[in-house]
Amino acid sequence: MEGKESEVVLIGTWASAFCKRVELALKLKGIPYEFVEEDLENKSELLLRNNPVHRKVPVLLHKGKAIPESLVILEYIDEYWTKAPRLLPDDPYQRAKIRFWANYHDEKIAQAITPIIFSEGKEREKVIEDFQQLLKVFEEGIERDFQGKSPFLHGGNLGFLDLVVGTYACNYQAFHDSIAVVFETEKNPQFFSWLMALKDHPRIKETLPPSDKLATKYKELFLPPYSKRIATIRERYLQSPKA
Amino acid sequence: MEQVTVLGSWPSPYAYRVLWALELKGVEYEYVEEDLLNKSDMLLKYNPILKKIPVLIHAGKPIVESPVIIEYIEETWPQNPLLPQDPYEKAMARFWTKFCDDKGLAFTLFFIGVGEEQQKAAKEVREALKTIEEKALGEKKFLGGDEIGMADLAWGVLATSLGVIEQIVGMTIFDAESFPRLHRWAQNFREHPVISKNLPELEKLLVNYTRKREMYLDTKIA
Repeated sequence: MEGKESEVVLIGTWASAFCKRVELALKLKGIPYEFVEEDLENKSELLLRNNPVHRKVPVLLHKGKAIPESLVILEYIDEYWTKAPRLLPDDPYQRAKIRFWANYHDEKIAQAITPIIFSEGKEREKVIEDFQQLLKVFEEGIERDFQGKSPFLHGGNLGFLDLVVGTYACNYQAFHDSIAVVFETEKNPQFFSWLMALKDHPRIKETLPPSDKLATKYKELFLPPYSKRIATIRERYLQSPKA
Repeated sequence: MEQVTVLGSWPSPYAYRVLWALELKGVEYEYVEEDLLNKSDMLLKYNPILKKIPVLIHAGKPIVESPVIIEYIEETWPQNPLLPQDPYEKAMARFWTKFCDDKGLAFTLFFIGVGEEQQKAAKEVREALKTIEEKALGEKKFLGGDEIGMADLAWGVLATSLGVIEQIVGMTIFDAESFPRLHRWAQNFREHPVISKNLPELEKLLVNYTRKREMYLDTKIA
């Protein structure tokens, strides 16, 4: 479709998995879009105006409206452009299970990376163990909830969970090379096998940033000296009540 | 119709969201009260991972986490919709619902925190109320428009628990002068024909929450 009415703009950063998953959704649906690279250390008027509440990426701009929050954006994309491929299945119970695990991934697994980044020594060992335990819960939960019909690469196609987990966890090599080893085959064999299969999928392969470029970016962001933005995130983490 | 059961805990705002959704849609259900200090086999069976309420069980299938449950209810029983048809408005309802859940920790620290931690939390909750009043509610009757929607169910905590918490901690943050529109919204919410029949008893809530705060403060000192 041509014309301003159909114009889709994605405000994001190349290094953010939460932005990559939106890009992948747009690409899978064949929706043309303009990508606006944001400098998170120096946020633009465009971002601040379109996500005043959180001031974060990604933000999707469509028909003059702004939609933030990557999982909200993915559902919006699936509901506005109903053509194939569908990202979520039709059955409400299957949708519920996928939404649960997508939320678990973002709210528990992805959040568990922050303590790893900002700790060291024995404390870091412990939080890595905690992280691997969350992956174990994820593995067992998916197995039980989907009973052999893995939601990953279901029927060979990429679906909601593939986008959520794949764009995030398939960057593990860059994280290992820059910060710490967190994904170990022996500790989480099932999760690792999903990652291997996802990494090989051509659409995921072409969407993910090059590992070495990402590793350099992670070092820049998460090793001292920290930018003002990262220092704030670190402070907030260090001051937060620990479980 | 297949059996619908809700595992809940009567003081929980999250459980209320689910009950309100079912009541608004006229779905018959069985309610099972859980003792969270002594979790039942049923709860551990149907929510083995998080072991939390609310849990919706429909024809033997468990659904957990209130936002996921509300979406399931909406998709399974489409009458009296809680989400608009328009994809953008739907996205906004989800956004504001998530915003409420993101503020869960701030609400909690306002309730059981002390000193500076509590002050910071109070400030954060007030800012969230300002955001909701200006950006989510605006001039509408409900966050969902003319009718109660998903986001109203989430923010319903303002119409039930928050006043009780303010009383217990001795600090008012949701005052009518600062938030006239949101106060009117809370009143409309409480007076809605379905919601009004499904509100927690505030005196019981006061006793329950007072005990909870004492428990948390005791464990902190211990």
